[in-house]
Amino acid sequence: MSDLNDIVEALVGRASGGEAIEAYAARGTDTEIRIYNGEIETLGTATSAGIGIRVLLESTEGSRVGFAWTGSLDDAAIDRALDDARENATFASPDPAVVFASPDGVSPASVTLADPAFGTMSIDDKVSLVTELEAMTRAADSRLRQVDAADYGDGIVEVALASTTGISAEMSRTSAYVSVAAIAGDASETQTGSGFSVGRGPSSLDIADASRQAVERSVRMLGAVKAPSARTTVVFDARVASTVLGVLGGALSGEAVAKGRSFFEGRQGEPVAVSGVTLIDDPTDARAYGAAAVDGEGLACRRNVLIDDGVLAGFVYDATSAKRAGTVSTGSAVRGGYAGTPSAGCRALVLSPGDLDLDGVLAAVGNGVYVQSITGVHSGVSPVSGDFSVGAEGLMIRDGALAEPFREVTVASTLQRMLLAIIEIGADLTWLPGSAAGQTLAIGDFQLSGS
Amino acid sequence: MAPDVIERVLSGAVERGGDMAEIFVEDQASRTAVRDDGRIESLSSGARRGAGIRVVVGETTGFAHTADLSEHGLLEAARAAAAVARQGGGGTRPAALEDLRSHQSMVSRFPEDVATAEKLDLLAQADDAARSQGGSISQVQASYAEGRRRILVASTEGTFASDDQVRTRFNVTCIATGDSGLQMGYESLARTEGFEMFDAVDIAGLAEVAATRAIAKLAARPAPSGQVPVVLAGGSGGVLFHEACGHGLEADHIVKDSSVYCGKLGELVASPLVTLVDDGTVGGEWGTSSIDDEGRPAQRNVLIENGVLTDFMWDWMRARKEGRPSSGNGRRETYQHLPMVRMTNTFLLAGDEDPEEIVAQTPDGVYVAKLGGGQVNTATGDFVFGTNEAYLIEGGRITEPLRDANLIGNGPEILRRIDALGNDFSMMPGTCGKDGQSVPVGCGQPTLRITGVTFGGTAA
Repeated sequence: MSDLNDIVEALVGRASGGEAIEAYAARGTDTEIRIYNGEIETLGTATSAGIGIRVLLESTEGSRVGFAWTGSLDDAAIDRALDDARENATFASPDPAVVFASPDGVSPASVTLADPAFGTMSIDDKVSLVTELEAMTRAADSRLRQVDAADYGDGIVEVALASTTGISAEMSRTSAYVSVAAIAGDASETQTGSGFSVGRGPSSLDIADASRQAVERSVRMLGAVKAPSARTTVVFDARVASTVLGVLGGALSGEAVAKGRSFFEGRQGEPVAVSGVTLIDDPTDARAYGAAAVDGEGLACRRNVLIDDGVLAGFVYDATSAKRAGTVSTGSAVRGGYAGTPSAGCRALVLSPGDLDLDGVLAAVGNGVYVQSITGVHSGVSPVSGDFSVGAEGLMIRDGALAEPFREVTVASTLQRMLLAIIEIGADLTWLPGSAAGQTLAIGDFQLSGS
Repeated sequence: MAPDVIERVLSGAVERGGDMAEIFVEDQASRTAVRDDGRIESLSSGARRGAGIRVVVGETTGFAHTADLSEHGLLEAARAAAAVARQGGGGTRPAALEDLRSHQSMVSRFPEDVATAEKLDLLAQADDAARSQGGSISQVQASYAEGRRRILVASTEGTFASDDQVRTRFNVTCIATGDSGLQMGYESLARTEGFEMFDAVDIAGLAEVAATRAIAKLAARPAPSGQVPVVLAGGSGGVLFHEACGHGLEADHIVKDSSVYCGKLGELVASPLVTLVDDGTVGGEWGTSSIDDEGRPAQRNVLIENGVLTDFMWDWMRARKEGRPSSGNGRRETYQHLPMVRMTNTFLLAGDEDPEEIVAQTPDGVYVAKLGGGQVNTATGDFVFGTNEAYLIEGGRITEPLRDANLIGNGPEILRRIDALGNDFSMMPGTCGKDGQSVPVGCGQPTLRITGVTFGGTAA
């Protein structure tokens, strides 16, 4: 048993009558390296730890919950956090839905999230890796004029979680990434493109692929102009589709639905997407970036079908939102580290893949726009109303193939209409950072605003 | 923290070489309360304390942080940060620390001294006021947050300064339900002040604004698509300048040739109506502080004057490269982050036209009463910003409400298209994200008109 586990178990043991306690302790060590012009621009490495404590006071009208966190594992800091959580609980309104998760008999899937070789690569080798990434990108194409950032990062996180309701869980996770941002053009024109590679450890990073993405994405935008306004079909590249799917996941949160903050409210069992479209959240798939054995409340993560052959099949729940909705947790509690409280969310969304690769999707679409990057997702996409309007750049699709580049336009629709206008889902499934897989995605009936 | 301990830690940081070492100590406490779905749903408290240490060798920065503020813990972090100084060398002789420049908070009511019941009462007031706006208001979430951040910065260049920063925030988000579906309205108040912030504000009024914003959009028609003239209400759209040019004027982008404003100093980059200022000293604003996170006093910096680019924003690292002083724009989210060039309060100075006249003299277009967030690509200058409340302008009059959409433009082009500036002015708070770090900023502008912006709605 780790020291983190000792700390959370000891806290749970301090619960008095009529009180439930849940403690979540985490410790992480991160390394970050940025290279510029062949030299180290920044190099940082540090360990930090902390604990989040929830206290629940039971009463006949329902329970009241309070929370406190501290960025330290010192006894005095923990004592103070426990006092604060207890005091905070006394001010909350009693709510029959407020509960901690209780063991539900589902066994956690066996997913390995820690690279056993993590920690064996020296700092010097990590510096060499990202220095090589920067150098190969600078040398890749004469039309590139700058590489303004080449980064390496890795981290190891350990978590222990326990509660008076019988939850006891430990997890550890390692991760590593490289990323590079390139600028193409001359004094009269600028285009940008980025590339990255992620893995459970540095040995699984592919710097050649990260470099290729940055070069291809920036150089192919040279000569881009504003495209004319049109009603058009949009093909999102895998990276963009992952972002869009992630936002859609927000509308599938059982908490948002129960509180009337999702356009999916009241639609369960109804067709919401083109038939044939199936959307699953499956954190038990070890390949997924967001894979996890247990959720943020210590229950086993599981495969949840959200849209089944076009029909809205269900939502993701944590313990409280499930109680509110009169159902059971789907093992979908997510939390942003020790300083956050759990809430219902998706970790590993994936659409049932189709049969076509990118070229096949483009051929099937014929004419439209291929979007390689979007901006303004947080200001222009609402999981409440479904309104969707984002800045976009990419390449025109003409006669089934990629053609000239465009920039500075928006594409707009609604999430509701987009699901009903899906034309093709690519077979090219890749797992990207975030809560959703990347797959080429063709959707009709967008309004493009441009010149 | 005792000056002699700090001096020993700084000496330890540069014992193997390095041009500069700095220690940044932070003690931060926060408290939030949320009323949602008609209930006080959660109260939370958080505390974080620690130090970040950086060692600069040429163009290279080594960084480490620790929550262990003992001399032993700090020396260990100092050695980790100094790992980049592996070439050895003569070592820097740290300058003696200056007398501590200590900045006391000007707050008259520290939020931690205010009874929790008083804070919860504000949430109840907001909830009641929002729901009283009509039966279509189906959900209300009100949240209160307070934070106190005490920082101390010391460096081998002699810098020794501290600040006590108190910030208070109140948000209301309403959902309205109608035949057309759900719509959301949001309004917030956030200042670098204590609980006295509420003396000057009517919380019920704030909640009513959020509620009516959601209700208005139930009847909204799809936003237009294509180029339209846009009038931005005073204070509604400061984020436009934050995105359209603010980020591009941060010296880290300039030094790396990744800003569209690179090499444009002294040139006309905007309409002659435009004078843009970044000012970290404006009393009580969300991006205000006495010192930045490198210990440099906050100051007022004129970035664009009558359309001409006059200066960029600088932190210590970028300013040193140019042999000039920092402009007080070195900021970081917490002690666990390195500082970088950031905006404080960025705003466009007022003009002399009557705001109502600006609308009256716009035959057709869009009136944006409230902008949401935005995003920019500093290298190309292309940026987007979203609307939270917008109306059509028809025949010089504000008419029908529009659904939310993003607008897209190119910074330098949009700045040249500003052809009318009102004599009104107000600021709004925001959270600015850059390289994974979030910091509080203020944005402001008078009512203004842009002759053409691409509106990203669904209407053909």
